[in-house]
Amino acid sequence: MMNGWASHLIVAPVLLPLLASATMLLLNERQHRTKNAIAMVTVLALLAVAISLIVETIDLGFSGGSTTRVYLVGDWTAPFGIVLVADWLSTLMLLLTSILGVAALIYSHARWDRAGPRFQTLLLLQLMGLNGAFLTGDLFNLFVFFEILLAASYGLLLHGSGAQRVKAGLHYVAINVATSLLFLIGVALIYGVAGTLNMADLATIIPGTSGAELTLLQSGFAVLGIAFLIKAGMWPVGFWLPRTYAAAVPPSAALFAILSKVGVYALLRVYLLLFGGDWGWTGNFGEEWLLYGGIATIIYGTVGILAARTLSRVAGYCVIISSGTLLGAIGAGEGAVIGGVLFYLVSSTLGISAFYLLLELVERRGSEASVRAVVEPVFEDEYTGARSLAGEDEVGVVIPASIAILGGGFVFCALLLAGLPPLSGFIAKFALIQGLLDLRDGIAPAIWVLVAMLIVSGMATLIATTRAGIDLIWTPSERQPPPLRLAEAFPVGLLLLVCLGLMVFAGPVMLYMDRAGSSIQDRQGYITSVLGAERASKEERGPRER
Amino acid sequence: MEVVLALGIGVLTASGVWLILRPRTFQLVLGLSLLSYAVNLFIYAMGRLRVDAPPIVGADGTVDPAALTDPLPQALVLTAIVISFAMTALLLVVILASRGLTGTDHVDGDDE
Repeated sequence: MMNGWASHLIVAPVLLPLLASATMLLLNERQHRTKNAIAMVTVLALLAVAISLIVETIDLGFSGGSTTRVYLVGDWTAPFGIVLVADWLSTLMLLLTSILGVAALIYSHARWDRAGPRFQTLLLLQLMGLNGAFLTGDLFNLFVFFEILLAASYGLLLHGSGAQRVKAGLHYVAINVATSLLFLIGVALIYGVAGTLNMADLATIIPGTSGAELTLLQSGFAVLGIAFLIKAGMWPVGFWLPRTYAAAVPPSAALFAILSKVGVYALLRVYLLLFGGDWGWTGNFGEEWLLYGGIATIIYGTVGILAARTLSRVAGYCVIISSGTLLGAIGAGEGAVIGGVLFYLVSSTLGISAFYLLLELVERRGSEASVRAVVEPVFEDEYTGARSLAGEDEVGVVIPASIAILGGGFVFCALLLAGLPPLSGFIAKFALIQGLLDLRDGIAPAIWVLVAMLIVSGMATLIATTRAGIDLIWTPSERQPPPLRLAEAFPVGLLLLVCLGLMVFAGPVMLYMDRAGSSIQDRQGYITSVLGAERASKEERGPRER
Repeated sequence: MEVVLALGIGVLTASGVWLILRPRTFQLVLGLSLLSYAVNLFIYAMGRLRVDAPPIVGADGTVDPAALTDPLPQALVLTAIVISFAMTALLLVVILASRGLTGTDHVDGDDE
């Protein structure tokens, strides 16, 4: 057990952004510099917290202890109270989220934070929802944090307004409200049978169910799974994704890269904890659906990416392909594959995020004005004084040789997304394919199809990005290339640098991913840690309680 | 009572699903609202139907689980109601913006 303030660090990723965004709501839109400062401090603090949590995980894990740290909110013991659980997987996701948060916020300083009201507040709330979803230990809080991150994402998607965004936003909100209802139906069915929603408690109850109860429970998890898969963008429930992401302003889209991964995370967490392994009937529940669904998703993404004519659509189908790859690999089996899945998840999220940030810069110098750059107020009484979009020159340092930098970044992103050596995308795909082929002695035909699709989809990504790159970067343009600002180049560089780090330190990172993968499948360890978590000692509880 | 509740949930769901498949934004909002009512009732029903039973332990301190109704689904429903209410409000704003920008109340932004 930890003691003192360090044990409260787990709740900081949820509390910090909440407090900061509440404070920012009190500030007027005219004080956007103050808001930016508060938001910057908060995301940097989040990054620091995430790093210290992951360092702690590594310390605990490689010294042989249990890394699953449990925080009892309000000091009620599980399964009665709310628990936050930090372990290998969730600290990794926290770090990934905070890196994306820092990149998106810095990028927005160039111009996008003034494209509409309350951008920083929404961004922080989005981070809060993401962090909460990664930390929570029960299904209902997962729902609540999903709603927080969705509510913030509606705002971020509509940020900047314009007919295109409002249209995409209307569909996005409607689909997600309906999805949330499915989520609730699933949760209610599970509660009706099991009488609990704490994941650790559920994992102890599920093996004992049988007969009609079992059917109800399975239906509940199936409905819940559909809700997760809609978020992850699986074919045939993911058609909304490319259009929606293409309409968002670049910093929002960069954050959205991790939204679809939340669905994948939830699947990993819930299904590997509650189903799978050696528990008889639960062993194969839903796995083949994930496998075939994943393959279908990759095929859909591959066809889509070849047909896409704008870069933002290409990026959208990259998200789909990445989701399909993850789902297929999770469905294919457990064990060593999960380490590769996590590596791919991190690498592809960073790559897609950098791509979304970059493509607006690349498209800006293309011949037609991009839809994404359109910014207009919705309501007449909205304060627009902070907007000074055209010909603004006060922000940021202009970097020379912008074309060379853009081109270099674009090539880097393309290689990363296509999974070509030597970048981290290749290492991730290699780990995935190796894991898939080592799975069993005889390899099932479906696994061969999955492996083939992994390679084909990489090639399609390469073709699509090359084509777009030639169009946008090599074609001589009449127009003067717009200046590249430091605030725009730095976040892209930051994300690509992290990917480079993944490549250079692939060995240690892969070791971490493997440990994370095996820890998700260590059900007993999770159950013991969560249900056995002790309340704070008397001194810590303070004098007010008895 | 079970039959009445089940029928109620069924009718609400059916109407809701039909409405969200319609092309007008107002029908969409109504459909989603009806669906959320159905889901709220459903969550409530999953805590088992009890009449005249309190969800909290009385002042006399005796705890008899058989005399109490399950308080947790009520808390869940409360959360779900608040969230779906807020989302409906937000959806209405988006719909108004869409109506203003596109000049039509079709969900795709054009009437063709």
